[in-house]
Amino acid sequence: MLRMVRSTALWRGVGGIALFIALWEAASLLKLPFLRFVPAPHVLFASVVETIQTQAYWSAVVISARRVVIGYVIGVALGVPIGLAFGVSRVFKGLFFPVFETLRPIPPLAWVPLSILLWPTMEQTVISVIFLGSYFTVVINVLGGVETVDLRYVRAAFSMGASRWQVFWRVVLPATSPSIFTGMAVAMGLTWEIVVAAEMVSSIGSGQTGLGAMMWQAYVGGVIPLIITAMVSIGLAGLLFSALIWQIGAFATRWRRLV
Amino acid sequence: MSLYGGLRIRNVGKVYDPEGIHVVALQDISLDIAPGEFCVVVGPSGCGKTTLLNIIAGFDTLTSGEIVMDASTLTAPGKRLSPGADRMVVFQHGALFPWKTVLWNVTCGPVLQGRLPRAEAEAQARDLLAGTGLAGIEGQYPGELSSGMRRRVELVRALMNDPKVLLLDEPFRALDALTRSVMHEHLLKLYDLARKTVFFITHDLEEAIFLADRVVVMTTRPGRVKKVIRVDLPRPRDYRILTSLRYGQLEEEALEAIHEEALKAFETGERELA
Amino acid sequence: MGFAIFLAAWHLATAVLKVPIFQKIPPPAVVLREWFNPEPFFGVSVYTSLYYSHIAYSVYRAYTAFALAVLLGVPLGILIGWNRTFKEYAFPLVEIFRPIPPLSWVPLAILMLPGTEPPVIFVTFIAAFFATVLNTLLGVQSIDRSYFRAAQCLGFARRDILLHVVIPGAMPHVFTGLQIAMGLSWVALVAGEMIAGKRGLGYMIYDAYSMVQIPTIIMGMLTLGFLGFFSSALVRVLGRRLMAWRSY
Repeated sequence: MLRMVRSTALWRGVGGIALFIALWEAASLLKLPFLRFVPAPHVLFASVVETIQTQAYWSAVVISARRVVIGYVIGVALGVPIGLAFGVSRVFKGLFFPVFETLRPIPPLAWVPLSILLWPTMEQTVISVIFLGSYFTVVINVLGGVETVDLRYVRAAFSMGASRWQVFWRVVLPATSPSIFTGMAVAMGLTWEIVVAAEMVSSIGSGQTGLGAMMWQAYVGGVIPLIITAMVSIGLAGLLFSALIWQIGAFATRWRRLV
Repeated sequence: MSLYGGLRIRNVGKVYDPEGIHVVALQDISLDIAPGEFCVVVGPSGCGKTTLLNIIAGFDTLTSGEIVMDASTLTAPGKRLSPGADRMVVFQHGALFPWKTVLWNVTCGPVLQGRLPRAEAEAQARDLLAGTGLAGIEGQYPGELSSGMRRRVELVRALMNDPKVLLLDEPFRALDALTRSVMHEHLLKLYDLARKTVFFITHDLEEAIFLADRVVVMTTRPGRVKKVIRVDLPRPRDYRILTSLRYGQLEEEALEAIHEEALKAFETGERELA
Repeated sequence: MGFAIFLAAWHLATAVLKVPIFQKIPPPAVVLREWFNPEPFFGVSVYTSLYYSHIAYSVYRAYTAFALAVLLGVPLGILIGWNRTFKEYAFPLVEIFRPIPPLSWVPLAILMLPGTEPPVIFVTFIAAFFATVLNTLLGVQSIDRSYFRAAQCLGFARRDILLHVVIPGAMPHVFTGLQIAMGLSWVALVAGEMIAGKRGLGYMIYDAYSMVQIPTIIMGMLTLGFLGFFSSALVRVLGRRLMAWRSY
């Protein structure tokens, strides 16, 4: 701990951030047109302290988080098997990959109008869009992982008399697991971005207010510090959730440290 | 015969991470290398030979002792002379810039240092390349060449910089045995022309004896000098020397020493650090 | 082959079986008919200039934002990757802003920047920028240490190292990052257009949605998919050209 406090890197980092805040404060005082509507740091700080003590804020967090988790879990549950199938079965890939690749570049947001028409409730719409975002990411990462499994491991297994099924479970799957977890972590980061967008677009008329909707309402209502609070909260949530997945992944693939 | 590049290595020690894991890589190494001498250091993996090379080259510091080159201190605890063209290194896996042509790679040293104008450097480079049988490849990228050719280009690049000491870090390790034996003869041909001081490290005893004026056998970690053998085989040498009587005697002399170290390294399972 | 199955399934679900959940979605035939209709029912098809106008706006915004991200992101990434001191000052700041989803910048962007175009371009820029910086930074860090050491031996000045080792050495990673950034640009752009734009494919989709012109929605989505794919391919081809030395 003491080592950390003495480290120059830490102080420089703090210095950089402090410089940024100082410039921001100065720009606010000078009333630069650019920052006409943006609050000064000290105003923002006060607002943040106030906001995190409200019930409304935390329920928004929970609502968004719930949507993220549901959409994400379904995306991973479907994405991992299908990614593996693409990687393992040439037939399967030949059949369905072109369609997959054509649909993949379509931004999740572009699915929103279609989803609204498809799903009866807004909640389902948002979750389905989140699902799509995480699904495509996971599949691509898993597929990449399968395709880069060193052929020598597979061959070694076969030469020791393993069946196709055994090779899959004992060689291919573990070897792909780093990519699976990478895909899961990236997808998790992505889902928070999508949830914001989805909530912003569908905030009119949806029953429950997540963080994205809260941010949009703050914008419409002109409560600017709240906008920034929401922005930073979403960023933080995304960071924490993906860090969690990274940690799980790192733990599950501890053998990597040694290779 | 080169008058420069004499190295006096005095009681050199290197300890990694003294407060933490405390790995003693080198312990009390003393060695005198005469100007123009071809000195080869042999030892098992992890014995510290690469560490020693890095210290001479200036990539790393030592924790005790000193190294003097031609009467001026090269490195001592707390003092280090930055790497430079006076101690050119040829790296184990090759360090030709893959994104530049062969010609650019070979001429970049003198040109960027301002020692030679570009046109003159290029002319010299073409001559040297032709002299080593590599005429016509100047415009190609390293990725298009075979590994043997790349090594030769890297040697030419090193020599273009007129170093005092040539530091070779297991340069032929990644080549197949046949290419390697041709490269040995090739290297000796170049050596005979310029007679620079050479500091060559390897784990291959046969390579060491074939190339060297003196072979230095190192112990396994912590690295110390175990034995120094003077190789009095006449120059110029070619592959036929490998079956001569004198060669056999030298090999026998060195083999016992090095095999003992190889066994020790095998048993302790040392991993390479540098 | 897979396309055929997909189209068949689509057709089946909407025109033949009339699965209730899909009841509002038109069969492929309807979409295609509208898409290639000289007199489109809803006003947009391959034959109308409005379609191309939307495409042009989207392309202009996406590519402008991308260009800005490259111009600012690559140098910053190189600086952070190469210079330890600069990294210690600047990187924490970058890492604080990076997790904030580009989309959430929309309200602030509208408040800070004048006009209708800059906010959309800004949001798109944010998305591409951070991806570019990160990948460039990784590219610099991935350069084998031996190259730096060789450069030292060869007497390279710091400027030479930057020009002849760092920049070319990082290029492969940079281009991978650019492909990703291009993809992200399109994602962010669409969202931005839906919320804040007038004209553009995102806007077209949203507009069609609000007027329940479903074939148009699908047209927009597919056009976006194609443009995104094409743009990334463009970057990839450019990269291959610039890095001719990667013959192996």
